[in-house]
Amino acid sequence: MILGRVCGTVVSTVQHPFYAGKKQLMVRYCTPDGAFDGEKYVVAVDLVGAGVGETVIVEDEGNSARQLMGATNAPIRSVIVGIVDQVTDTSESP
Amino acid sequence: MKLGRVIGTLVASVKPEAMRGLKFLIVRPLTAELADDGEPFVATDASAQATSGDLVTYEASREAALCHDPWFVPVDHAVVGIVDQHAYSDEGGPSKAADQGSAS
Repeated sequence: MILGRVCGTVVSTVQHPFYAGKKQLMVRYCTPDGAFDGEKYVVAVDLVGAGVGETVIVEDEGNSARQLMGATNAPIRSVIVGIVDQVTDTSESP
Repeated sequence: MKLGRVIGTLVASVKPEAMRGLKFLIVRPLTAELADDGEPFVATDASAQATSGDLVTYEASREAALCHDPWFVPVDHAVVGIVDQHAYSDEGGPSKAADQGSAS
């Protein structure tokens, strides 16, 4: 899973039928301190009701995503699976 | 999925039998702010209606192979949808949640 922040929305009408009715959000990768991790981003399907500005965890692996969506042949790889309340990074503690 | 810009189309008469009938597009990958992000690649069109100039979403690797009917064709990139609306908010700096984390 990756830590990211929701930066925007993506709306399509002409798309693969699997994606019909599924909210797609743009998530930029984040480091544990909340900064953007370079230019890396992903467009992910939202399972948890996340909104712009929220820190989220994204499952970015196809088989896990298909298991989460309950669809064995779905062309999906990235799914927002959680909204992060708090990140504690102990690596910088004295 | 990632964002890309269709910059051209491609026709190949000689190709694997499993790819018969598929439409090919040349897609340039984009960053979240829609700036160019690397070299263009050839993708099949699972949305069936994308054309030059369209902002699209695409899948790569195994997910691309699952986009088509019949599924599991030998492709490595596929256009999934045409983007109608794209909102981007560059809320830089640590978020509220991350702030709480670093303070604890």
